[in-house]
Amino acid sequence: METSAFAIDVCGVTKKFGSRTVVNDIAMQVRPGEIYGFLGPNGSGKTTFLRMLCGLLKPDAGSGHCLGLDFRTESSEIKKRVGYMTQKFSFYEDLTIEENLDFIARLYAVPQRKNAVEKSLARLGMVERRRQLAGTLSGGWKQRLALAACLIHGPQLLLLDEPTAGVDPKARRDFWEEIHKLAADGLTFLITTHYMDEAERCHRLGYIAYGNLLAHGTVAEVVRSAGLTTWEVTGSNLPALAEKVRHRPGVEQVVAFGTALHVSGRDAEKLRLSLAPFMGNEHHWTQIDSGLEDVFISLMETAKDNFS
Amino acid sequence: MSRHAFNFHRFIAIVLKEFIQMRRDRVTFAMMVGIPMVQLILFGYAINSNPKHLPTAVYAADNSPFSRDIIWALRNSSYFDITREAHRAADIKQWLAEGTIQFAVTVPVDFSRQLLRGEKPDLLIEADATDPAAVGYASATISQLVTSVLNRDLTGPLAKLRAGGTPFNLIAHQHYNPESITQYNIVPGLMGVMLTMTMIIITGLAITRERERGTMENLLSTPAHPGEVIIGKIIPYIMVGYVQVFLILVASKFLFDVPMLGSVPLLVALTFLFIVANLAVGITFSTIAKNQLQAVQMAFFFFLPSLLLSGYMFPFRGMPGWAQNIGECLPLTHFLRVVRGILLKGNGITECVPDLWPIALFVAVILTIGIKRYRQTLD
Repeated sequence: METSAFAIDVCGVTKKFGSRTVVNDIAMQVRPGEIYGFLGPNGSGKTTFLRMLCGLLKPDAGSGHCLGLDFRTESSEIKKRVGYMTQKFSFYEDLTIEENLDFIARLYAVPQRKNAVEKSLARLGMVERRRQLAGTLSGGWKQRLALAACLIHGPQLLLLDEPTAGVDPKARRDFWEEIHKLAADGLTFLITTHYMDEAERCHRLGYIAYGNLLAHGTVAEVVRSAGLTTWEVTGSNLPALAEKVRHRPGVEQVVAFGTALHVSGRDAEKLRLSLAPFMGNEHHWTQIDSGLEDVFISLMETAKDNFS
Repeated sequence: MSRHAFNFHRFIAIVLKEFIQMRRDRVTFAMMVGIPMVQLILFGYAINSNPKHLPTAVYAADNSPFSRDIIWALRNSSYFDITREAHRAADIKQWLAEGTIQFAVTVPVDFSRQLLRGEKPDLLIEADATDPAAVGYASATISQLVTSVLNRDLTGPLAKLRAGGTPFNLIAHQHYNPESITQYNIVPGLMGVMLTMTMIIITGLAITRERERGTMENLLSTPAHPGEVIIGKIIPYIMVGYVQVFLILVASKFLFDVPMLGSVPLLVALTFLFIVANLAVGITFSTIAKNQLQAVQMAFFFFLPSLLLSGYMFPFRGMPGWAQNIGECLPLTHFLRVVRGILLKGNGITECVPDLWPIALFVAVILTIGIKRYRQTLD
């Protein structure tokens, strides 16, 4: 068996539902211990891709390895080494925290099960609440329970599908602390998210739209490869200015950020010429570094033109 | 006050929303139309509490014009269809036990000689009375039918034999349930009805619930094999089924004094096949149903004909041929025969076989559909 230095090493992964291509020829390499952020608009194929990696869906094309195992033919072996956390809470609401953990531990035939459940409860800080029904937990606690359940069999790779949707900022921060600690211990993560602050906490990113992987690399690489120039403008009557600027040549997006407006385009020179007539005293213009969000919106807009 | 008055626009908004949702849930909509239609057809056309054309065997030990006329008269009445001719008295016993005949008429060896001598010979009518409703009307007609036939034959010098009432002695044996106690038929049958209802609904719900709540996705992402999931989910309900069987058997014995002539362990063992058949239906429904409501509706859709066409509520032989054909496809029909056969007739495994293989065939067909539709992946 060919051993790969990557935890995930796949290429050409394609999935069709009927005539619709949901995932189109995606290649991905993730190193062990890496946190890989997977971004993209709703319905772009992120969840489908995760489901294919853990054997829930059969890919129509593609090849490669997941934890050194052929991801198309050895999915039952992969399942034993992977933890998958679904987008929606998918443990049993009418079972207690402890019963849920015990059930999952049995399914994975975890050795010294009682001990593993005990440890997991302690780590969660749920020892006193072990007999509480999972259905009565708040969103943040449900998500912690789901993470604990995914970890109970000691997986080498975690696939987390929008793990922090609907979770408050404090719980989100704690969650990411935990992820980083686990990654430092060698666990590999593939996490889908819509939050830019979370994307920036990932080691590397992939951006997918309409089933195509449009950009990948570190945050800096992704931003650089987009080649986007962004101007920030502050001053009075910004909505009116936004309307005037929006359709000028070279202006690709105009986005309001609080009391400022971000105007971006990929052709720096054309953008500058178009904006020059508006650079009077009324507004204050500064060229800034493009943010990840500017880049993603730009990618999404371009993708819409190319694929829809 | 006026702020909380009944507002027509708000009311219309709710009504419209309900209609839109009703239309979206196609299965529910189909059931809303389908169930009344099924009920209408079954109650309207299939059910008949005065069953006719009952399969009847004749054992004519005395081959005389009289016995031939009696057979001819039975054949011409709408109540009896002569389906078999016995050559030994033992044949009749066996056919009644198997349930292949409802009635048997035995004309004894020197029937005509005794008749001519005015000795009032015996004419033996035996009926399978496990379901008293099935034989009541037919039994009542027999004596009158035979008398009128013989009276027509007894003419001329024989006319004097007609004088002292009936010229023969009609002996009617209501086998298996001589006192026509309805409970003897209904209570053991209830076992089949209850198992059908609970097993199908419960398994249907158990699996659709996993899908509806999203826990199925989680389960499939673990190393759990589909066989482990399905069998693991079913076993607890098989136990529930046996608790029901136990309750009904205890009630039959101590509350209703239902006779238990056959082997109860045999019945308990054969019940397993029937439970499996119902669980197979439940699982197959759950692979089709999108949510728990649909699973319940499908269960009801199956339960209704089972209840009406199996011979539980109404005599099986009272139904027209098409309804009997549907009934023959339902496991409950065969299970009822097995239960009544073992408890009331004292049947053993041999007499049960003709009703076991149809249940086994049913399981095979339904499970094939279920497994084909079961998705190991989420595709």
